[in-house]
Amino acid sequence: MSLVFAGVCSHAPGITGRKHMADKDDADSLYAAMDDMREAMEATRPDALIVIAAEHFANFFMNNMPAYCMGMAEEYEGPIEDPAWLGIERTLVPGNPDLSRRLIEHTLQDVDLAYAEEWKFDHGIMVPLHFLTPRYDLPIIPVNINCQGPPITPLHRAWAFGQALRKACDAVPERIAIVGTGGISHWPATPDSGKIDPDWDRDFLDRWCSNDRERLLDYSDERTYLEAGQGGFEIRTFIAISGATAGCTGTVHYYRPIPIFAVGCTVGIVDLESGIEGAA
Amino acid sequence: MHRPRYAYCSGTGALIMSLYYVQKLLYNLNRDEALQKQFFDDKDSVLADYKLDDEELAAIKEPDIGLLYILGVNGQILMHYAAMCGLEWTEYIKAMRDALDEHGNVRAGLYVTTDGKGAV
Repeated sequence: MSLVFAGVCSHAPGITGRKHMADKDDADSLYAAMDDMREAMEATRPDALIVIAAEHFANFFMNNMPAYCMGMAEEYEGPIEDPAWLGIERTLVPGNPDLSRRLIEHTLQDVDLAYAEEWKFDHGIMVPLHFLTPRYDLPIIPVNINCQGPPITPLHRAWAFGQALRKACDAVPERIAIVGTGGISHWPATPDSGKIDPDWDRDFLDRWCSNDRERLLDYSDERTYLEAGQGGFEIRTFIAISGATAGCTGTVHYYRPIPIFAVGCTVGIVDLESGIEGAA
Repeated sequence: MHRPRYAYCSGTGALIMSLYYVQKLLYNLNRDEALQKQFFDDKDSVLADYKLDDEELAAIKEPDIGLLYILGVNGQILMHYAAMCGLEWTEYIKAMRDALDEHGNVRAGLYVTTDGKGAV
């Protein structure tokens, strides 16, 4: 089979942990958009969901930091955060180690990918799952792109990783959904938390929707850091989705800067039918 | 007004080994409930395993979340530790802003502030 669903969404911990501090319409509209994303994904009847995340030191530290890693475990525990702080109860999330192994073996043909048979989820994966698989009944294949501890992977490698992952998905019989999660411009976990540049975000999302490789890769890390904050490095997760769906366009179904959530909250879905031959 | 400082190239402190171990301690605490219990029962029993200077030890033990921010602890590591220590969101943000006023901008790493006046 191949990809049956692809999209992107935000994962900020405030989305669930600080809902009570948010404007009601902000929270309700975002939650509705995430529910719509879940329904769209469920309609494609996926056998597994790959989540391309930008984790926040839940598993990987600067003593041994992979640029790319995929989980290969039977189950995953999360969140590592205080459940009351995050607003998500601690639980076990099912994996599929056999599928992970096959995806890893195929991806390794093109990109050096680390694997992990232990993996604890932080908000970077738990917040999306809270909305997309709230019953935790769909096998999850976690993927991490290091966006936190420099040196970090160049954008063109994130694209190439997405392409390699797409080839791997095409090589297995399962129906695969894939979601990239990250922020666009934001300054999380700083005194500037809540600062967002909507114009920067909309320009990036325009590039993401058109899946314009040249424009998507036309950022330096220094520029992103200065203009979009250290949180902007997480655009790698969106770019990996673009690489995995090269030739397809996307639609942003929701975008709204919500300062108490510390990010421009985003839901985007790729129109997989828009591509002629799918990934290059 | 805190001037933005581009500290990207300094990473997380390859030349500041002590900061590395501050972050490693907090990383281990953040993801290990048993270690958290040991730490809050007897902090010295955990701290003995890490190479830390006096300023760092004091900031961790108090805890002085604002000073840990200034020392350059990655915000994504510190945010979890602040929550573990019981700081509410607004208290956590205030601790960092107050520390900027007291100490000046962040000494290393990615989490320097631009103006310290985010929207929250």
